[in-house]
Amino acid sequence: MRNVKVLCALAALLAIATLATAAGPVLLNAAGATFPYPMYSKWFDVYHQAHPGVQINYQSIGSGGGIRQLIDKTVDFGASDGPMNDDQLKQASVPILHFPTVLGADVPSYKIPGVTAELNFSPEALSGIFLGKITKWNDPAITSANPGVKLPADDIVVVHRSDGSGTTYIWTDYLSKVSPEWEKKVGKATSVNWPVGLGGKGNEGVAGLLEQTPDSIGYIELIYAVQNKIMYGRVKNSSGAFVKAELASVSAAAAAAAKIMPDDFRVSITEPPNTNKAAYPISSFTWLLIPGKFSDAGKRDAVKDFLKWMMTDGQQYCEPLAYAKLPKEVVAKELKAIDKIQ
Amino acid sequence: MATTPNAATPADIPGPTQTLSRRWGGADDIAHVITLIAAATLVLIAVLLVYQLWILSAEARTKFGWHFFVTDTWDPVAGDFGALPFIYGTLVTSLVALVLAVPLGVGAAIFLAELAPPKLSSSLTFVSDLLAAVPSVIYGLLGVFLLVPVMRTTIQPALKATLGFLPIFKGPSYGIGFLTAGMVLAIMIVPFVLSVSREVLLAIPRDQREAALALGATKWESTWKVVVPAARIGIFGSVFLALARALGETMAVTMVIGNNPKIAASLFSPGYSIAAVLANEFSEATGNLYLSALIELGLVLFLLTFILNGLARLLILVTTARGSGVLPS
Amino acid sequence: MSLRLAWRKSLNVFMLSLTGICVLITVSVLFFILGYLVYNGGKDLSWSFFTHLPAPVGEEGGGMANAILGSLKLLLLAALFGVPIGLLGGVYLAEFGGRTFPFIIRYTADLMNGVPSIVIGIFAYALVVMPMHHFSTLAGGVALGVMVIPTVLRNTESFLVDVPRSLREGAFAMGANKWKMIATVVLPAASRGIMTGVLLALARVAGETAPLLFTAFGNRFWSPGWDQPTSSLPVVIYTYATGPYEDWHKQAWAAGLVLLGMVLVTNILVRAFLTRGTAYERT
Repeated sequence: MRNVKVLCALAALLAIATLATAAGPVLLNAAGATFPYPMYSKWFDVYHQAHPGVQINYQSIGSGGGIRQLIDKTVDFGASDGPMNDDQLKQASVPILHFPTVLGADVPSYKIPGVTAELNFSPEALSGIFLGKITKWNDPAITSANPGVKLPADDIVVVHRSDGSGTTYIWTDYLSKVSPEWEKKVGKATSVNWPVGLGGKGNEGVAGLLEQTPDSIGYIELIYAVQNKIMYGRVKNSSGAFVKAELASVSAAAAAAAKIMPDDFRVSITEPPNTNKAAYPISSFTWLLIPGKFSDAGKRDAVKDFLKWMMTDGQQYCEPLAYAKLPKEVVAKELKAIDKIQ
Repeated sequence: MATTPNAATPADIPGPTQTLSRRWGGADDIAHVITLIAAATLVLIAVLLVYQLWILSAEARTKFGWHFFVTDTWDPVAGDFGALPFIYGTLVTSLVALVLAVPLGVGAAIFLAELAPPKLSSSLTFVSDLLAAVPSVIYGLLGVFLLVPVMRTTIQPALKATLGFLPIFKGPSYGIGFLTAGMVLAIMIVPFVLSVSREVLLAIPRDQREAALALGATKWESTWKVVVPAARIGIFGSVFLALARALGETMAVTMVIGNNPKIAASLFSPGYSIAAVLANEFSEATGNLYLSALIELGLVLFLLTFILNGLARLLILVTTARGSGVLPS
Repeated sequence: MSLRLAWRKSLNVFMLSLTGICVLITVSVLFFILGYLVYNGGKDLSWSFFTHLPAPVGEEGGGMANAILGSLKLLLLAALFGVPIGLLGGVYLAEFGGRTFPFIIRYTADLMNGVPSIVIGIFAYALVVMPMHHFSTLAGGVALGVMVIPTVLRNTESFLVDVPRSLREGAFAMGANKWKMIATVVLPAASRGIMTGVLLALARVAGETAPLLFTAFGNRFWSPGWDQPTSSLPVVIYTYATGPYEDWHKQAWAAGLVLLGMVLVTNILVRAFLTRGTAYERT
């Protein structure tokens, strides 16, 4: 008899748990890049307040994860800062559309005891450090760009991503363009065979490691450095100027690309040509990866509505979070592309 | 005993009791079948588990073969995967953990089995069991915020200063790495060593100790030279058990090991373990080969723990059987 | 006293004190962990921690309400999957069964107990997430349930076997048949021990993180029903602890305290309950 009572209690609990939290809203699951995560988490929160019937659960697991989960169809849409390559697009059973959302930048962040100045990094310095060839902070390749800054003779601790990452894609894309040795030895991808360094999971993990490890250097998205007050340096662009990552310089990098944006929106804007003096060389678009065909009409309409909102009203939230807005031409093109989603 | 009318009473079965059990035979059989199915479900799950691991790792197994175990590259871009860095990391951290945990655990077990009065012994064992119940992620939390800074600023430099000539204590000290992971693991497996060793020590019959003492041995000599050797096999069993546990530990390790698939002699350097790479890269392995290589790693881990656990239980069984007189010593 | 004897005596005292120190170290670690968590986590436990949903990244004021509910739902599922199978299987081993099949079952149970939880997570991913095409509370519950079964099974068997023969024979003598004897006499007699085993198994899986990473996944909002990804305490602790935000770190400590508190309190209460006596005279 007691067992029957226990069973009834369990069944009641089950029913309550199911009903109490069961609801009629449209539930969308998404996963992917950590690069724009602060932006997306703000957007999805604001959108949910404005449209309580739609709940978009975004898990920041890295661009590699986003692409994979999208291909496996365990999420409704993905996000990545490295566009899907043709192989990956073939693996997906429906066509995948790329929608740029914001512009961000990978910054070389560092934590060196005693150094409070903004350091200048040349492409040679960055590729040398990440290749493991430059091992000390007072190496001439670094000090020559920073006269007047006392750099210690400490070993450099390189921090990189341990997971599949669009942030990595952007960084390695840049290094491949500026260093033939890097391109040959390591290449560009969301997940590479790093010559040296500690691995952190997500932008969050790398930022966490940078905070806690003295003499470290790593690449993270700009907002992570800003929000966590981690120092980041200037990078020399192809015109020879040392440029700091900020809204103006990131937008400048996108300006030229905006006019020649391909129809599928997959474009790399790292290391822009030397005519662009103000551009920050390690900038990138980041994309939402949306399936071209939805089987659920409710989900499709919610996604389309969100995209429209994101490109128009949503853009007002970008700049407070240090992401650059989409250029007008790109927005116009994207609004037309939304109609391709069925 | 009265039988109900309409009972099927076979003429050749004498006696009321057997008639009754015959009548209800159906219900007993149902109970037998239901419980049998439940037990069989467990076996089914285990078989399914091994099957899934085998099938899903097929692509990597056929592509790399035995080469998988001796390659030390882990290159998702080129599609070249080797298990060596992870096997190395798993073994090194577990070894460090054992070196630290076994003396501690066996020492504590000796105290609890030989010296402590029974009540104290069982309440202290209770405290140790509580340690075993602490979730792995809590150890990871403490590891990241407490142990890592201490390692980086105090312990590792001290080791470098005193024992820095040894290759295992060379190199820059980040705080995270093999040594830190090994230390966190050590704390996690001490309760296993302690509890099993204590039980096997208690299973050694009293007369062994009394004989030694009668011959003039001190308490320590009686323990170390008579009781512990007799329980030696079971203590090895506890070591294997603890090792099996250490091999599979995921969260605490992945938070403090550094996540770098490199083989290095120094304990200060970052590394990777099988469980840690599964936790980090499983949900994002793009491409079937990558995923299947990861699952092959999971299969390797499974087999390692399987073998170790089997050996451990055998050893413990032998010792307790000997101690309680079932088997000859 | 000869030198040798003096040496032996001092060695005796020295080594035995060493073993005492070993115990001291082991025991004090637990108290240290507990104390540190209470100190660090206690100051950030607040009402909002228990009732708020997570805030957008980088903003303060978020809470873990959805993680707590998620963990509870996962535990419920784990209990539903794991306890009946484990219980009935244990009954089979103790009351029915012969030589070979019970041996296989016991061996399998011990084997499954030793499987690393991350491998079980892979299994649940292949079994539930892949066919369903999304992460879900259900998948997480299955993973945890698989971990519960072997523990409950062995524990049930061990407590059932401990019930003295005299009780069984008394039941037979009163005219009961086998299943009735089990259900009305043996199981109730062993119920205290079995319950403790179930609760301990659940306390153990409540703290598991690895199998949830790719089954229950994660959720910033409430997770309605059972087929959506859900947040859970251990996964959130892991995510927040490895992130850079100070606010996240504070929440991770508080959550760690809550989780550890739940696990330790369950363990202490349950074991104390068990040792207070059993329903029959232990022979």
